[in-house]
Amino acid sequence: MAFFKIGVCGFGGVAGWVRPILVEERDWLSDREFAELHGAASVIPGANTVNLAVMLGDRFQGPAGSIAALCGLLLAPLAILIALASLFEHFGDLAAVKGALSGAAAATAGLVVGNAYKLLRALKSDILALAVAGATFASAGLLHLSLLTTLLLVVPGSLALFAAARRRRR
Amino acid sequence: MSASVTVSLGQIAAAFLSLSLGAIGGANATLPELHRQMVTVLHLMDDQTFASLVALAQAAPGPNVIVMSLMGWHVAGPSGLAVATLSMIGPSSALAFASERALRRYSASGAVAILKKSLAPIAVGLMGASGLVLARAADRGVLTLALTGGMSLLCGLTRVNPLYGIAGGACAGLAGALFGFPL
Repeated sequence: MAFFKIGVCGFGGVAGWVRPILVEERDWLSDREFAELHGAASVIPGANTVNLAVMLGDRFQGPAGSIAALCGLLLAPLAILIALASLFEHFGDLAAVKGALSGAAAATAGLVVGNAYKLLRALKSDILALAVAGATFASAGLLHLSLLTTLLLVVPGSLALFAAARRRRR
Repeated sequence: MSASVTVSLGQIAAAFLSLSLGAIGGANATLPELHRQMVTVLHLMDDQTFASLVALAQAAPGPNVIVMSLMGWHVAGPSGLAVATLSMIGPSSALAFASERALRRYSASGAVAILKKSLAPIAVGLMGASGLVLARAADRGVLTLALTGGMSLLCGLTRVNPLYGIAGGACAGLAGALFGFPL
């Protein structure tokens, strides 16, 4: 399963890896489908990628698929993490190790930004969606409102906007 | 591993079960609450241990939720790891499973179509915000900013395998440390 690769590749959090692997490499979802599923996975409590793995696994293979996706996502990273935790006590203070980790973290941030841009492109024909994405970004990224506050603000707003737009079209 | 601290697996399970359903917005959003549970309420570790465990889990490959597993391992060894992981992902996964089934069953109805349409841009906005937060956290000066910016362009405009960019970032950071420009 692709989730194995996502798990192994996800340095500094898997957020940046999920989209390139599912959309670009495997072609399992379009950008639009990915954004929809990711939206649902983000609103449900729990780790977003874990939720996404459960949902996508079930969509393709039923409950067994969910379990396979979860195992793929978690087992290897857990093993690596425990190994690292033991090593860290000996080498964690080396400047070179710290430098490499900082560099990787900076590149990972760029990966997430690049992904957000690509998803944004998939929405570009839709002014309402762009407005909602912008408001969400401002609330969580610029104003530093807590996630709960952000969701309480934008989810009802977004629902109302799209419901109104649909009614007008009829 | 702090053997002096005695804590029942039941307490660990209770702490992570409550985190699981409270974790709206992913594992990183729950770090303040995790800190409250581990350090303030249960006294399982001090601030510094907490911070280094978080940093380690961020640096390791895998979803950020494995920080919870690491906390469990630190407190109670392998059984702590198993209990923390299962308590953390169990309830939320069950909910995700049920929601996905419900979404699919009613996918023909207008309400679900609207729901999905409204959630998609929110996810995009949140991803942009995480990018910004990560960039700020990784910001150690010009070199890290350049790395973040370059990687944004690389991933936003091309379909290059992101691993090259991450590896490049790690090499740049390593070289910087070796030649006297530590990040």
